[in-house]
Amino acid sequence: MSTSTDIVRNGLWSNNPGLVQLLGLCPLLAVSNSVVNALGLGLATLLVLTASNIAISAIRHVVRDEIRIPVFVLVIAAFVTTVELAMNAWLHELYTILGIFIPLIVTNCAIIGRAEAFASRNTVVHAALDGFMMGAGFMLALVALGAMRELLGAGTLLADADLLFGPVATHWNLTIIPDFRGFLLAILPPGAFIGLALLIAAKNGWERRRARPATRSQPAVAAPDAA
Amino acid sequence: MSGHAPKLRRQMALSAGLLALFAVVGGVLVAGTETLTRDRILEQQRASLRSTLNEVLPAHRYNNALLDDTMTVQEPELLGTDETMTVYRARQGTQSVAVLFPVVAPDGYSGDIRLLVGIQANGELAGVRVLNHRETPGLGDAIETRRSDWIKQFAGLSLNAPPASAWKVRKDGGEFDQFAGATITPRAVIKAVRKALVFFEQNQATLFADTPATP
Repeated sequence: MSTSTDIVRNGLWSNNPGLVQLLGLCPLLAVSNSVVNALGLGLATLLVLTASNIAISAIRHVVRDEIRIPVFVLVIAAFVTTVELAMNAWLHELYTILGIFIPLIVTNCAIIGRAEAFASRNTVVHAALDGFMMGAGFMLALVALGAMRELLGAGTLLADADLLFGPVATHWNLTIIPDFRGFLLAILPPGAFIGLALLIAAKNGWERRRARPATRSQPAVAAPDAA
Repeated sequence: MSGHAPKLRRQMALSAGLLALFAVVGGVLVAGTETLTRDRILEQQRASLRSTLNEVLPAHRYNNALLDDTMTVQEPELLGTDETMTVYRARQGTQSVAVLFPVVAPDGYSGDIRLLVGIQANGELAGVRVLNHRETPGLGDAIETRRSDWIKQFAGLSLNAPPASAWKVRKDGGEFDQFAGATITPRAVIKAVRKALVFFEQNQATLFADTPATP
């Protein structure tokens, strides 16, 4: 049984869907060209993942093994369509920009993966937490990549924030590098691959650096025991 | 064997029933959301269309219900597409002000560029805006107003001003700037806008005709 702390750590860091499991790369790479796009799709995924995890955990005793996959797909598709309609109604312009990637959340393997591997075997509370944390982990990876690409590609951050947050956010657009013509590669598709690779490398590098002092101090601690 | 068959059949029926139940629940959820959001989505689409049209022709220039005063045209040669296009007609009282319609520049650097062209009753362009394109970000996307003012230079031009020979990018001996790294995109846009003006000249009378009483 996973404890809550494990669930949080797994979702956000050690088993992050975007950076470790490498699931849902299609939307991750396609819409990470700006912070606002990344945040929009990240939030939609987070919502679907949490809702589907709760629903699937709640029905886990009712659904027979033979039909569990079609039922999971049904549940996920229903939630995605609901979110899609809601975004079309309330975040219309962002919806037009994200386009096909909203309905494509259905095919995000991270969602059915969590349904099968976690939600169908754990309590509703744990499943909800897992869905939320996995969604948050995915969203953070998406936003980090989006920020990196937007900064390098256009010299701004949070451009068009009003599409997501309404008129309040019209002035949130930060021009970090004024009169910057943009490093084109960053917003083009290769920039997504290179950016993701750099993020994964940075995460692995940081983990290794943190692990190193621990292993070095190991013999020192072990020595007195041996003696 | 015969003892297993009824049990198996019962299990299959149970599974199928469960699956059907979930399909119904999912269907109800989606249908419910659709009903709740339908009006708002329609309203949003109209608002978004209205604000696009108003970019080309400011709202104070007309006082009719622009979104509803429409006619459809099909003119593959001059509008760049086989699709039926909707023409929006702006009027101030009984006076015709302008027509706004989408055209397609089929020869962009990566596929179709959809433009909205507004032409005033006197034949001058009210303005041109890009509706949709797949040009290279950072190069060809300078046709968007958020990237540059390039597209705004069309306002006030007409079929013979500049003369036909000058409706080209500078590189081809015309009057329009190309932008750094992209010639194909502006070339396609200029060509499509000029064709739209030709279309307007040929069809002016029918475009501004009053909505026929019996369609």
